[in-house]
Amino acid sequence: MESRRTTLKKMAGALALGVGGLSLETTRADAQSPKKGGTLTFAMNAETPHYDAHGSDTFATIHFASPFYSTLLKFDLAKYPNVKPDLAESYTISPDKLTYTFKLHPGVKFHDGTPCTSADVKATYDRMRNPPQGVLSARKATFDDITSIETPDPLTVVFKLKGVNAAILQHFGSPWNYIYSAKDLAKDPNWPKTNINGTGAFVFVEHVKGSHVAGKKNENYFKKGLPYLDGFKGVFFLQAATMLNALQGGQVQAEFRSISEPEKARLTQTMGDKIRIQESSWTLNLLICFNVEKKPFDDVRVRRALVMAIDRWGGSKGLGQISTLRSVGGVLRPGFPLATPEAELVKLPGFSKDIKKSREEAKKLLKEAGQENLKFTLHNRSIAQPYTPAGVFLVDQWRQIGVTVENKQQETAPYLAGLNSGNYDVALDFSNLFMDDSSLALAKYLSIDRSPANRSRSKDPELDKLYDAHMREADPKKRQAMIQAFEKRLFEQAYQQPLLWWYRMVATHKTVMGWQMSPSHNLGQDLVEVWLNA
Amino acid sequence: MTIAVPDASVLETPPRPRGAIVEFIRQQPLGTVSFVIIVAMMFAGIFSELVAPYDPLEIDFASILSAPSLDHWCGTDAYGRDICSRLIYGSRTALVIGFTSSFIGSSIGAVLGVASAYFGGKIDDWIQRVMDVLLAFPIIVLALVVVAAFGKLLIGGMDLNLIIAIAIPILPRVERIVRAAAFSVRVMPYVDAARAAGYSHTRIIFRHMAPNVVAPYLIMLTAFIAQAILAEASLSFLGLGVQEPTAAWGLMLSGNAADFYRQAPWLILFPGVSISLAVFAFNLFGDSLRDFLDPRFKV
Repeated sequence: MESRRTTLKKMAGALALGVGGLSLETTRADAQSPKKGGTLTFAMNAETPHYDAHGSDTFATIHFASPFYSTLLKFDLAKYPNVKPDLAESYTISPDKLTYTFKLHPGVKFHDGTPCTSADVKATYDRMRNPPQGVLSARKATFDDITSIETPDPLTVVFKLKGVNAAILQHFGSPWNYIYSAKDLAKDPNWPKTNINGTGAFVFVEHVKGSHVAGKKNENYFKKGLPYLDGFKGVFFLQAATMLNALQGGQVQAEFRSISEPEKARLTQTMGDKIRIQESSWTLNLLICFNVEKKPFDDVRVRRALVMAIDRWGGSKGLGQISTLRSVGGVLRPGFPLATPEAELVKLPGFSKDIKKSREEAKKLLKEAGQENLKFTLHNRSIAQPYTPAGVFLVDQWRQIGVTVENKQQETAPYLAGLNSGNYDVALDFSNLFMDDSSLALAKYLSIDRSPANRSRSKDPELDKLYDAHMREADPKKRQAMIQAFEKRLFEQAYQQPLLWWYRMVATHKTVMGWQMSPSHNLGQDLVEVWLNA
Repeated sequence: MTIAVPDASVLETPPRPRGAIVEFIRQQPLGTVSFVIIVAMMFAGIFSELVAPYDPLEIDFASILSAPSLDHWCGTDAYGRDICSRLIYGSRTALVIGFTSSFIGSSIGAVLGVASAYFGGKIDDWIQRVMDVLLAFPIIVLALVVVAAFGKLLIGGMDLNLIIAIAIPILPRVERIVRAAAFSVRVMPYVDAARAAGYSHTRIIFRHMAPNVVAPYLIMLTAFIAQAILAEASLSFLGLGVQEPTAAWGLMLSGNAADFYRQAPWLILFPGVSISLAVFAFNLFGDSLRDFLDPRFKV
């Protein structure tokens, strides 16, 4: 089992080497002694619909709230995908890999002054793995393996698993697992949706809707000497052009999600050596998602016809020039050793390179289903990159098999509300992974009763069975074969299908130091070690 | 734009249609030119499928940002879509939203204006105070508020809320003008006679007063089409109007155009010219119509 974890680490490490932005210059800058003080102002191109990361999968929540919270472990971005202690001071793993024991930092306090103990960790993880009625946990499926959580003393938490799970340590370092106060959850299980009370490096100051979120330094932060900043301000920019103007004009110093290729060209041209662009492939893809509870998308022929009409290979070349969309891939990030190789991928519905033939077949399927003049609305998000180019592209692709589509882009809150409630026909969803791991990536496609993150609302016991089997498989080759079998079933049923994988380009002023680039925009947003070289 | 209110008491009986057209061409050559531009726009909008060389949604990644050429008269955009075709289809969007918004705003404004003038008293006071509130906001600001508050309601590819958002700021402006004209009609002896004969309010308003305020109504309707086109373009530019991939002039100026206009100036040149030309044509036509219909301007 050890060898499997090592293999996975090597695989992800190899991918991390693709993080082009981890330049020598950044390393040199970070080698300087960090300076204390100053307020970091950064841009966010979406506003979170609520504050609860457990029930969210959008960066809008992470970039907004991560500075206020701690997690048990966190990713060590210099050694991605390794994790390091955060709220936990140390941890041990039993020889059979079924018991994980965490020792918490002593004297940690929530921002309201109450102590943070093992009971809070237990309450937090219980909420995620077994959410009470009315609470949405997007992490439910990934913590299926936890059988019990014990708290022998206020600083010790013991997790027991039902089987060996090679990625569980990384899951304990997930940036979504904010530790909430048991007291707050007892008051109302949905308390964190509208309130903030964490143990993070920054204390919540204000959220002015439509404008910004602000935090100030937590003077009682449990890691002595941190954070370096006096505070931060995250400003919402719903228009990419205004965000770029603000970045160029110095009103904001960073945008941590990504800019596009043309935006990068504009910033480097106009700002020269004042701007730093860091690049990486991205553990994020756009998904075409069919609501299988609505007609005619309950018909596999219609779904398959629609995915077969899309020329992903042509689209990746064209959209790569104007958007953050880049690579063609299956459910795992292209290049990840467990990902399905191109030679196998092209055999699956929707990935053929012979687009003419594929579209002919798609038309036949629509005719068989009696849907030759199909019309529907594409439920899309109003963030320009890459949702607008993707919407434009899809409307054109489907037009070519006689399908008429209306692209309806909505702001983050109504967009997510529509997705989560099933109030849509076809949607552009996303698979936002914080690391390269099949247990995480495949979980999104499990039956909806196991995985609330499955927005197609499908129920497929065969996929669930394949997922469970792959979780217990130690041999990487056999595991990859199982992933391919999972993909084959998923794409043949076409409940959801990746459109394209993204490419990340983060722009920061050169005065912003200590922030680390990674293949996920969910990581490194607690701002603990960020400082300003002003 | 300045609009003089024609005094209904001095309106002459309009000449017969054919004679009127000839007279209009003779008296208003600029108005005639603007009318030709409007007709061309309408033709392009109605028969877009026949006139446009390409499908406006057709992406061609091999032709991204191509300069104007024989294949693509106005060049292509960041998706390789033909700009000329998108301009032609965009005229449909501009006209539908422009005309519908202006028609709704002007018609409701006219009805309220006539009713306000006819009834007077408290009804007039209440209507005027509401109009005062609406008039306190510039057109684009009020439209922005309405669009932001009500979101989008897509019907047949057109956003109904956008049309309403543009119509609302037009309403009080037309209401005031029509009310002023209706005031002068209200005191006419034939209105008094109608009242004395016991006709209903509805009959008096629609049969005796409304026909005499048609001229200012038509002028305002025409003039506000230009304002509505401009408002639609502005809202689309700000991301609150029609959405990609619908062909719309304002939308063509935003999005990727902001990133690429330095290397491909045709991205903003042609849509900008189209908006200017349409606004110019409707404004000029409105002014010419006013000059033609109002005898005071014939001196």
